[in-house]
Amino acid sequence: MNSARLSFDLVVVGAGPGGLAAASVAAERGGSVALLDNSPWLGGQIWRGEQARSAVPLARQWIERFLASGARAVMQASVFASPDRGVLLAETPAARLTVRFKKLILATGARELFLPFPGWTLPGVVGPGGLQAMVKAGWPVAGRRVVVAGSGPLLVAVADGLRRYGARIPLIAEQAPQLRLARFAAGLWRYPDKLAQAVAMKARLLGIPYRAGVWLRRAEGGERVERVVLTDGRRSWTVECDLLACGWNLVPNTELPRLLGCALASGFVRVDEFQRSSVEGVFCVGELTGIAGADAALVQGQIAGLAAVGETEAAREWFAERSRWHRFGAALTRAFALRPELRQLAKRETVVCRCEDVSREAVERCRDAREAKLHTRCGMGPCQGRICGAATQFLFGWESDSIRPPVFPVRMESLLTASEHPKPVSNLSDPTS
Amino acid sequence: MPERIELSVNGRALSVPWGTTVAAAVALAGETRFRRSVHGDARGPLCGMGICFECRVTINGEPHARSCLILCADGMEVRTDE
Repeated sequence: MNSARLSFDLVVVGAGPGGLAAASVAAERGGSVALLDNSPWLGGQIWRGEQARSAVPLARQWIERFLASGARAVMQASVFASPDRGVLLAETPAARLTVRFKKLILATGARELFLPFPGWTLPGVVGPGGLQAMVKAGWPVAGRRVVVAGSGPLLVAVADGLRRYGARIPLIAEQAPQLRLARFAAGLWRYPDKLAQAVAMKARLLGIPYRAGVWLRRAEGGERVERVVLTDGRRSWTVECDLLACGWNLVPNTELPRLLGCALASGFVRVDEFQRSSVEGVFCVGELTGIAGADAALVQGQIAGLAAVGETEAAREWFAERSRWHRFGAALTRAFALRPELRQLAKRETVVCRCEDVSREAVERCRDAREAKLHTRCGMGPCQGRICGAATQFLFGWESDSIRPPVFPVRMESLLTASEHPKPVSNLSDPTS
Repeated sequence: MPERIELSVNGRALSVPWGTTVAAAVALAGETRFRRSVHGDARGPLCGMGICFECRVTINGEPHARSCLILCADGMEVRTDE
């Protein structure tokens, strides 16, 4: 396998709105800037597919700005370790990379929260954002019945998108109660863009039943999902479907900042007014610092990008705009807070750790994530606890276990690169064997 | 770049537009079971963004490839359920 050594003034990890904005504004002011992402596309999850055929003007604008900025894009690069200060190790399908940086901006975004319920491991049970991404990459949904369930504004956006690809949506089931959503909607006048989006979306969704205060009890089927059972807390009913898109809001991808030693508070990276983390030279932006959406990430990205190249006065000009989006994020979090009933969806025999097939019953006997890992292998599989860790945090209030490199399963050759560095990257394997 | 990509899924020939992921090609081939879990249960993609590892397939003999992150390429041989 090829190996390459790269060196930049500024490295940005994550090519979503926050990363694009950070890399663009920094590169426009000179200096060498690289943007790393593990996918083949610029835009991150929210703007996935926009690089090829743009439908979102803001996405097109930022992707074009980035491409003209002079920053270098390093695609399909998964960062898996940081053996030394100022060094990241990454692997691409073709090569292992050693990337040196003076400043680092992390914009690794968020993933969907998946909660265990009976039937959630059936093929055809997919995250809403994940399904949307896969549909943009050719996954067939025309004529298929897709129940969209869980929580968050993403459900509506995804249902709208799926329908444009020809899917039939029997129901959108939002767990948050109607009253809280009504209060949230009533405050949207403060964010005219969001209000306009919500109104347009509502018009396009005409004919799709949307039920607030409704959640999943289970999914059923043989080799794939065939129907779901829903409840409003008083009665339950069944809806036939070909796919179930379900996710319960977002959780930040904090693995890399945690690996680098960035301090967290309530599950998010703690940053100062210039988006600086507790680690010298490392900035964090976007969902890593609090779930507030793409608009917040764009502003935070610009602040971090400017601050990283020493343009602190220019960065300050974005502070008021950022406060506005922080308020929006807080309102969003309040409106879509998860109901306690969701902790009871998983039965004793329901699988909690999908990689290792560990049941709730087995996991629940343990006191914390670490004990569950040692005694049941919960969190020991290839996802390294990314799915079950967030679930056990919600179910049992467990904090995620400490993180060790490699933060992603990597090829043995890549681990060998890591072992060339003075500090051992892992005790997982003997690189000489 | 070619307009169409020719590949095979479990020995069945398939033609997909450029930009299609391997996960989508597997679904287009009519397969729902991408892999089997430790206990032998059928599994398919969950997160769609490279995090959950449920979409793993074998590509050109190389196992454990995350099919949702990999674009189809000409001549690719994809196998599921391994």
